[in-house]
Amino acid sequence: MDRLRDKIIPVTTLLALLVVAWYAFAVVLNGPFQRDLDRRAGETPSYTEFLVKTWSQPKPTLPAPHQVAQNFFKTTFQVKPWSARSLVYHSWVTLSATMVGFLFGTVLGIVIAVGIVHFVALDRSLMPWIITSQTIPILALAPMVIVVFAAIGITGLFPKALISTYLSFFPVAVGMVKGLRSPEVMHLDLMHTYNASAAQTFWKLRVPASIPYLFASMKVAVAASLVGAIVAELPTGAIAGIGAKLLSGSYYSQTIEIWAALVAGSLVAVLLVALVGVAGRITERAMGGREA
Amino acid sequence: MQPASQAVVEAKKLGLTFHTGDGPVQALSDVDLTINKGEFVSFIGPSGCGKTTFLRVIADLEKPTSGSILINGMSAEQARQARAYGYVFQAAALYPWRTIEANVALPLEIMGIAREEQKARIKRTLDLVNLSGFEKKYPWQLSGGMQQRASIARALAFDADLLLMDEPFGALDEIVRDHLNEQLLELWKQTNKTICFVTHSIPEAVYLSTRIVVMSPRPGRVTDVIESTLPRDRPLDIRETPEFLAIAARVRDGLRAGHSYED
Repeated sequence: MDRLRDKIIPVTTLLALLVVAWYAFAVVLNGPFQRDLDRRAGETPSYTEFLVKTWSQPKPTLPAPHQVAQNFFKTTFQVKPWSARSLVYHSWVTLSATMVGFLFGTVLGIVIAVGIVHFVALDRSLMPWIITSQTIPILALAPMVIVVFAAIGITGLFPKALISTYLSFFPVAVGMVKGLRSPEVMHLDLMHTYNASAAQTFWKLRVPASIPYLFASMKVAVAASLVGAIVAELPTGAIAGIGAKLLSGSYYSQTIEIWAALVAGSLVAVLLVALVGVAGRITERAMGGREA
Repeated sequence: MQPASQAVVEAKKLGLTFHTGDGPVQALSDVDLTINKGEFVSFIGPSGCGKTTFLRVIADLEKPTSGSILINGMSAEQARQARAYGYVFQAAALYPWRTIEANVALPLEIMGIAREEQKARIKRTLDLVNLSGFEKKYPWQLSGGMQQRASIARALAFDADLLLMDEPFGALDEIVRDHLNEQLLELWKQTNKTICFVTHSIPEAVYLSTRIVVMSPRPGRVTDVIESTLPRDRPLDIRETPEFLAIAARVRDGLRAGHSYED
């Protein structure tokens, strides 16, 4: 009951409002073109007919929700998942690059953080470069990386994963530096009284203390990874992936397909963030976390 | 083998000056003190008198800037490396991701003690602080007093002969504190350890100690050392006896004398 009142009712109410607003906008945005068509055809449709027509154009400015839903359903469930028309296929292409990039990004972020925490020289020299790296617009950088790799014959998953890594290592590195430095002075003093080695302090204190920070930053990183993979699919006419789908959709004004691909991308993002969240919760419970 | 003198802590002309943004602060000045094996010594004084700093110097958590200190005839650093003492902090400082038994096991893991031996010691020390049955609990599931008992068990687990306690019961209410004081005395009698105990409670200091070191701030120094005439066996109601009250009065006088210095 509580769950119904606290979560389900507010969320569905908001969703219903959004759908209504979406239909209204579809009428507003598709209306001029529809009026134009009707005038040329010499038709004078009734108000209801006009509404229905604005919601069923083949290439609308703003597709109505049911058009997107139909297209999404058709390209997800009614075609073979390995065919180039399937959103499952395109999502998988993007997802695989995202996961590889996210994995590398997380490992790289952790390695950088460990280095920064343990070596003063790295702390002073590396951090400004890491921050600078994130000020370069990824939309400008990604095409160059893809083109350079394509020129030496490397295409497909690897260059895309590299862009994902580039975007995802940053939140992990920053979060882990904070996490590895999070132990209280008293906890560190305790290790000192035991004459613990730096390695023992690292494994028995710094690492466990940093775990909550790791999962918080991994949630940001996994979303950034997906953005990286999609952006990396936009240039150079990639033929597969959600990014490629978005691009081809915009070439041919297939607005419905663009929106369906957007929905697929969002679902992949939700899935990834949820997976990280679940992994985080399992780890937290194994580490004696208090039930919220 | 203990040296003939049985001195566990020997401080000579010990001084420590912190360099802060507001200029140097003399946390300790000319401290001469010898603590013998089996003693229960309390350090009492207002904040800033250097009592905690002195404990931290013994523990090699702070380096003195003048004078010398020997622990079991060794330098403080050697003593720390030999794991000569167990330290109990103001807060329990248990690691929240470890169960109570895993917290007690922490120093044993670091010192590389075999797993079987670890188990035996965890059982023995948790028995000693009356925490049997709470092995698998996490710190947040225990009350403040129980957490502090667990931290005492952790300090006892590796059998150091010296126990350094920095206001361990300061954050607890008086009822729990009385109870833990009784248990601590019991534990001291059973184990015959040397205990250095920092407090700012006069009754606590008098009730627990064989010797009370009264300290005073600016600069942090020892103003009086009071030998307790109370017997080793001390029921809680010993605190109403004239003997107890006389010692408490002396401590209070000592503290007041130290204070008048700054007026």
